[in-house]
Amino acid sequence: MADSERLARIAADPRYLALTRQRGRFTWTLTCVVLAAYFGFILLIAFDKSALAAPIGAGVTSIGIPVGLGVILLAIGLTGLYVRRANRDYDALVQSLVESKGE
Amino acid sequence: MKLARAAALLSAALLIATPALADGVAGQTVRQPTNWTAIVMFAAFAILTLGITRWAARRTKTASDFYTAGGGITGFQNGLAIAGDYMSAASFLGISAQIFADGYDGLIYSIGFLVGWPIILFLMAERLRNLGRYTFADVASFRFAQTPVRTFAALSTLVVVLFYLIAQMVGAGQLIKLLFGLDYAYAVIIVGVLMMLYVLFGGMTATTWVQIIKAALLLGCASFMAFMVLAKFGFSPEALFARAVEVKTNLAVATGLSAPEAAERGRSIMGPGNFIKDPISAISFGMALMFGTAGLPHILMRFFTVPNAKAARSSVLWATGWIGYFYLLTFIIGFGAIVLVATDASYVDGAGVLRGGANMAAIHLAQAIGGNIFLGFVSAVAFATILAVVAGLTLSGASAVSHDLYATVFRKGEADSAAELRVSRRTVLVLAVIAILLGILFEKQNVAFMVSLAFALAASGNFPVLLLSLLWKGCTTRGVVVGGSVGLITALVLTILSPAIWVAILHHDAAIFPYSSPAIFTVPLAFITIWLVSVLDTSPRAAVDRGAYLEQRVRSETGIGAEGASEH
Repeated sequence: MADSERLARIAADPRYLALTRQRGRFTWTLTCVVLAAYFGFILLIAFDKSALAAPIGAGVTSIGIPVGLGVILLAIGLTGLYVRRANRDYDALVQSLVESKGE
Repeated sequence: MKLARAAALLSAALLIATPALADGVAGQTVRQPTNWTAIVMFAAFAILTLGITRWAARRTKTASDFYTAGGGITGFQNGLAIAGDYMSAASFLGISAQIFADGYDGLIYSIGFLVGWPIILFLMAERLRNLGRYTFADVASFRFAQTPVRTFAALSTLVVVLFYLIAQMVGAGQLIKLLFGLDYAYAVIIVGVLMMLYVLFGGMTATTWVQIIKAALLLGCASFMAFMVLAKFGFSPEALFARAVEVKTNLAVATGLSAPEAAERGRSIMGPGNFIKDPISAISFGMALMFGTAGLPHILMRFFTVPNAKAARSSVLWATGWIGYFYLLTFIIGFGAIVLVATDASYVDGAGVLRGGANMAAIHLAQAIGGNIFLGFVSAVAFATILAVVAGLTLSGASAVSHDLYATVFRKGEADSAAELRVSRRTVLVLAVIAILLGILFEKQNVAFMVSLAFALAASGNFPVLLLSLLWKGCTTRGVVVGGSVGLITALVLTILSPAIWVAILHHDAAIFPYSSPAIFTVPLAFITIWLVSVLDTSPRAAVDRGAYLEQRVRSETGIGAEGASEH
């Protein structure tokens, strides 16, 4: 494979190592936030249903409504956050790595 | 091409002929009067999509065209197509019906279906695109011995696809019998034949466009319904909820409950109820939904239709946005149905039960909002929804047989594109026949567990295999095959022993496995088995597997070697 040498060079490139470390930390943080939010929500339902059923103020809308919507919006929001960061930072870094070692 | 045209004509004729035939089979209990508006609108959808299939058939020449539309789908298009692939009729009708019955509980379900998407994006989507060509097995077997890993992945794909497909076919038959007044068997045959035509001739291009059109129709439909519901309450959700609680309270009073009990019952729709019984079931079910999404073969396959990692990324963002928006609409629609449907004697009988069955809440709401024309439109959209999902499933099953089993396992990669395409098309035919037969066979069975079973299997088999093969250097061929199989088999066995099958279908007194989903046990079990077997694996192959990791990792993160994939 002609790619092999190129891949080995990129693997050893300090910029590649910095990129993967940085990107890894970012994606795992986001993953943990989503897992914590979702399973936190499920555990709240499993152990304390009344907390979510409690009405907000004097109305009928319960606390569970904004919490549930919050989980949905968080999922969409974090997805957007990752895409923005990847488009802005990671693509350019990967591009420069691939090109500088590509000759 | 001639064949495509003849087949299109045949199915159009079938569509027109069937209602007349079905009229002859009178006397079924739940069959509604033949709904001509719905049939005409659905016929328009069928003609449009068959036209697209004809256009797509002309562009489908190679295996790459067939499996991935040549990799030329944009991120936005793919996002809509993913949404179309994922938002099933079950989630539209089922979740709105659940909200209609229990209120808040339906939202818990929706959230579970959504939260798998960020995980797919953060950990998998770009790597999938950079390493794979046609199937998720391309990625799972990238650095491993091809024959065992491909065989596992293909069989696992077929099992997941089959359960999902049966659930969709039976759902389709029941739904269409209800909505269109067609006989069950005709409904199943129409779904099977149309799906076969799309996939057989139009491959991924036609499937993608059917999914895009369906997603746009479904989202448009749901938006209109939610808008009309909110408009009745001055766009105040609080006013909508207050009225829904009032309606539920009045209904509870009518059943003879005392005033405080009735008020309690009415308020209960604003919080979690009985949907999740115990903590183990709650977490287990949540895991199956979340990780199952990241292991569904027909969903993973969609990432190979875009040209690069950037487009894969943006397709997940679009998909997550559309799916999340859709579930918000469903929530409003469910509450709208409580207010507008539950109080109207033309939609519920004397006992307060929905006419036509529990899943009819959204359908009745459509009639309450937009009259017969809109009812017909929504019914046609529900039919289209099922078609888009089964087409995606069939294509995914066919590619597992032709690309993984035939081309890689049996022909050791020596098969040419034309031969692979031929096998793929034959498999589509076989799958369509199997789907129709099983759909008819399972007519009277309760198949509700099959979708959650498909999610549990995908979460316990495909997901651990894919994640560890992508992210863990120490993973070996033996670990993947043994661990994946253990996850798959235990998930299947525990589901059979669970209440959904052991009690509800096999009529035993008590379930041996008491929880609603096996995922909390089987997902960790699969991960641990893969880890243990890999660590203990000292075979020469294991050394090759580990040695190839670094190269795979750089490829998966940079896209080197994947660039050519889009130039077909």
